[in-house]
Amino acid sequence: MAGLNKVVGSYEEALAGLTDDMTIMVGGFGLCGIPEGLIARMVELKVKGLIAISNNAGVDDFGLGLLLQNRQISTMIASYVGENATFEQQMLSGELNVILTPQGTLAEKIRAGGAGIPAFFTATGYGTPVAEGKETREIKGRHYVLEDSLTADFALVRAWKADTMGNLVFRKTAANFNPMMATAGKITVVEAEEIVEPGELDPDHIHTPGIYVDRVIKGTFEKRIEQRTIKQTAEA
Amino acid sequence: MALTREQLAQRVAQELQDGFYVNLGIGIPTLVANYIPDGMEVMLQSENGLLGMGEFPTEETIDPDLINAGKQTVTAVKGASFFSSAESFAMIRGGHVDLTVLGAFEVDVNGSIASWMIPGKLVKGMGGAMDLVAGADNIIVTMMHADKKGNSKLLPECQLPLTGYGCIKRVLTDLAFLEIKDGAFHLIERAPGVSVEEIIEKTAGKLIVPEHVPEMQF
Repeated sequence: MAGLNKVVGSYEEALAGLTDDMTIMVGGFGLCGIPEGLIARMVELKVKGLIAISNNAGVDDFGLGLLLQNRQISTMIASYVGENATFEQQMLSGELNVILTPQGTLAEKIRAGGAGIPAFFTATGYGTPVAEGKETREIKGRHYVLEDSLTADFALVRAWKADTMGNLVFRKTAANFNPMMATAGKITVVEAEEIVEPGELDPDHIHTPGIYVDRVIKGTFEKRIEQRTIKQTAEA
Repeated sequence: MALTREQLAQRVAQELQDGFYVNLGIGIPTLVANYIPDGMEVMLQSENGLLGMGEFPTEETIDPDLINAGKQTVTAVKGASFFSSAESFAMIRGGHVDLTVLGAFEVDVNGSIASWMIPGKLVKGMGGAMDLVAGADNIIVTMMHADKKGNSKLLPECQLPLTGYGCIKRVLTDLAFLEIKDGAFHLIERAPGVSVEEIIEKTAGKLIVPEHVPEMQF
């Protein structure tokens, strides 16, 4: 690696330094926009005791479900975990600590973490189990809950295009949690569908500036679809 | 007759206005998209990061990178935009969405809603529901008026863990359209053929019934 060239040639390099008990953020919404190769590498590494921050927990045999099957995750911070039987078992047995967090609050916790804001007030969750044990405050006649921000040792991000300097462009709804997570990792690793030379991405169209990114690797993606829904034609 | 799922969606669609940005929850709310009046421009927001959700794709246009908040493959309409989930919830929390439609297990006379957790059953998470109810001013809850045994779901106080406290003003059930204000349900309309007596019987929370309760028009 030289200068601002952040491209690494192997998954070993991409996740160098990732060890047991670390906090990781993993981009994606359901199976859409997940860094598939980086997840596969974590399975290979057999790192354990991970605190995983991700909107969902994958399905049994794909996405973060692969790490759950190997019992590599000790705590999961997510907003919805419905599609995963392994997850359910481990949650019910108490093996897995789960912190359910409203989706918008989760997104904002990560955004705030990356922006150096330690906590923020939100009306979301006031008067619900989510607010239990948290500071609340009335501001201009409305009740708010104080929510801490989140950062991670590693943020694992999937992008559509990256240039070698780590400038990123996401594609459609595969962006989801990836842009915020890219800002909130001590080490941010991007798995991109395509890597281009600096200057090839229009600076006006860059979603995530390279300053947030530490490593970039070219990935290949299965892009599994969770709910394949097709338009019903007039007569089937 | 109690409203069908399609009729619930049709009645909600009557509340749409030209130029609205709308977030539709999973289930019956999703069906509202089928009843947007011809010639009316409405943009559907999907909280994973899409404004301008279109219909389901064909086998030719299906794209794994384009899904809705229910993780279904969808399309984007002309004029659509994509953005991060943080941006998406800035729209929601910031009150920029004109109408939110979502389901519930229970609502109460104070406008509180329970929709995500049944103690003793597996908790799968609240997803974006807590943000949606806290952020939106104009919310319509679509739900069943009572369970199969006839127990009311419109209560003096929600019994299940809340999704939001004091944030619901309008409820459409299979029997009635109601407003919530001043600590009571106010009966606005009844489903065609449903008697006021039945609605009174199946509403556990305080209910205000005006002299004349019109039937819904379809």
